[in-house]
Amino acid sequence: MAADRRVVYMNARLLDPASGRDERGALLTVGGKIWDLGAELFADGITDGSQVVDCKGMCLAPGFIDMQVFLGESVESTAKAASAGGVTAIAAMPNMNPVIDRASLVDYVERLAHEVSVRIHPVAAATKGLGGEEMTEIGLLREAGALAFTDGRQAIADSQVMRRILTYAQAHDALVIQHAEDPSLARGGVMNEGEMATRLGLPGIPGVAEVILIERDLRLVALTGCRYHVGLVTTAAAVEAVRRAKAAGLPVTCGTAPHYFALNELAVAEYRTFAHTSPPLRTEEDRRAVVAGIADGTIDVIVSSHDPHDVESKRLPFDLAASGVIGLETILPIALELLHGGHVPLMRLLAALTARPAEILGIPGGRLSKGGPADLVLFDPDTPWRVEPEKFHSKAKNSPFEGRPVQGRIVRTVLSGRTVYQAG
Amino acid sequence: MTRTDGIRHLLGIEGMKPQEIDALLDLGDSYLERYRAGKKIKKVLKNRTQINLFFEESTRTSTSFELAGKRLGANVINMVTSTSSIKKGETLIDTAMTLNAMRPSVLVIRHSSSGAAALLSQKVNCAVINAGDGRHEHPTQALLDALTIRRRKGRIAGLTVAICGDIMHSRVARSNIHLLNAMGARVRVVAPPTLLPAAIDRLGVDVFHDMRSGLEEADIVMMLRLQNERMNGAFVPSPREYFHFYGLDEEKLALARPDAMIMHPGPMNRGVEIDTEVADDIHRSAIREQVETGVAIRMACLDTLCRDLEAEEDD
Repeated sequence: MAADRRVVYMNARLLDPASGRDERGALLTVGGKIWDLGAELFADGITDGSQVVDCKGMCLAPGFIDMQVFLGESVESTAKAASAGGVTAIAAMPNMNPVIDRASLVDYVERLAHEVSVRIHPVAAATKGLGGEEMTEIGLLREAGALAFTDGRQAIADSQVMRRILTYAQAHDALVIQHAEDPSLARGGVMNEGEMATRLGLPGIPGVAEVILIERDLRLVALTGCRYHVGLVTTAAAVEAVRRAKAAGLPVTCGTAPHYFALNELAVAEYRTFAHTSPPLRTEEDRRAVVAGIADGTIDVIVSSHDPHDVESKRLPFDLAASGVIGLETILPIALELLHGGHVPLMRLLAALTARPAEILGIPGGRLSKGGPADLVLFDPDTPWRVEPEKFHSKAKNSPFEGRPVQGRIVRTVLSGRTVYQAG
Repeated sequence: MTRTDGIRHLLGIEGMKPQEIDALLDLGDSYLERYRAGKKIKKVLKNRTQINLFFEESTRTSTSFELAGKRLGANVINMVTSTSSIKKGETLIDTAMTLNAMRPSVLVIRHSSSGAAALLSQKVNCAVINAGDGRHEHPTQALLDALTIRRRKGRIAGLTVAICGDIMHSRVARSNIHLLNAMGARVRVVAPPTLLPAAIDRLGVDVFHDMRSGLEEADIVMMLRLQNERMNGAFVPSPREYFHFYGLDEEKLALARPDAMIMHPGPMNRGVEIDTEVADDIHRSAIREQVETGVAIRMACLDTLCRDLEAEEDD
């Protein structure tokens, strides 16, 4: 691709949560950058021989940034799934084989991104081998390019270990991401504790397992001043705890995933292993609180928590099946359910998918600004379709939304000025 | 009963209609009477294969199912974990598919995972009977308990039944709660809070932590087994403390109705959940009768499920 290639996106509804821009206009990319944009741009229709993409009035927004993706299958298929979902950058969780806990492995993850259609930002392990005991070389990992530190699917459970990590990470301005689930309260549990678990005879995980760990961490954040992010907030109590911490001025942010605001524990009925997640799907009351948290900004980001599992690890009795769902290819339409239901405005949803994750991770992109990376997504928020995982680019098909009628379709995904996905 | 592709299964009591339950109890009752009277029993399962697939040890239940099948003329094959290929890493579904290829009429399954029987039923084309899945359900136990109650008391509706002990880990408790509620009994659960699952009251039971008040005016006292490993401080402090507060002895039993009947799914922990003399009181305890009823009710279940099935191919 020529470095000076010019592409004009005409007749677009330009949506930029960072600036609040929502207007009809055009956007010009030159090479891998956004050159200019606005209502007046090319208003006379003369585009000087640039390649022209007619957006037909559809939404043109910054490419989505997904803060929590597990690279459980080939990077190529994950990247294709990301592009098809409008995602142009992902934060890769360290739960890989080998665990990303050394600087050389951070390089390895970054190199994985060279040949594929998505930016991959490595998140490193907070403890060596995810063992929960010894902290990793946070400074060296940070220098190597790790954006944040987490034990991924596991909580950093030990209070002393957590305190030291937060203390040390603060000096390197590193972000610590917690999987907020008290492991001793969750031990043996496979779904949310309550009537449903009792009827199904499945061991439950109490909702308080989440807020207990968050409340502890918040005390340690107050003590250390470290930037702290809860990966997935799923309960009403946790949303409230983060809300209060933010009001108190603590450097706290949090995320959630579509299954926590689109589904509740009833999805586990008939032992559906595709609804086996960690943390588990919660009560309807919790689900509503998560929606409210997104609406008022308490919940900063929406992540897919994309976690591929093959059929063999899901075709088992519920308690023996792997937990985790895929979500890259459904993140937009499920998020848009909150728009169509009148719960969250479009700009707020897009902020949670673009500007906020970019700010929290400290990466460029996530906004439509002159000179910024030309990572874009063109979508129509209304197109109805039905979720059919067998048509997904992801090799794994473990979507909890199979068969669900949804609205909102990705039409085109642009990475660094180049179209990497176009709806067929 | 659940139906997949026209084949009926007995996976759990939850969702069963009172008429369905009554029909099984009536048929079980008639099998019991015929057997006791020494009458000939029609071999309705002749040329049919019944496979008992037990991933958990259980002499009582598997023997009861085996006997039930044989009395109806079935070829019964027993498979237990230790001799199966499960330990070599084969999944439950692989095993089921292999057995399914042998074209049995009925698979009787016990498994330590809740939902295992339901999962199996989706993958095979024969009738599936749940002989206990994790903490979920044990429907034939609830049916045999109901038949025992009906024979002794003449009815189920209106009776007060106190289910006592480890409700949390008990599939027997769950199946009994569903069945007794469906049939119009008043159900109480009596247990220390650590042995009660969350929101158990939502299943339509009255919850008692004090056994004395829980047994007051009860018509039926249904005791559950408490496994040893749960009494060492994990769920209750000690067997001694448990027996003191939740063991069934003469003193606590005196609070129930004078004609109260005692039941236990077995095997009993004498001196832990039930006093030996109480357990052996032939006038009040139905524990031995439950075993006999068990065979009859399983005959009724096997008979009912096999009625709509196509005949197996003769070789």
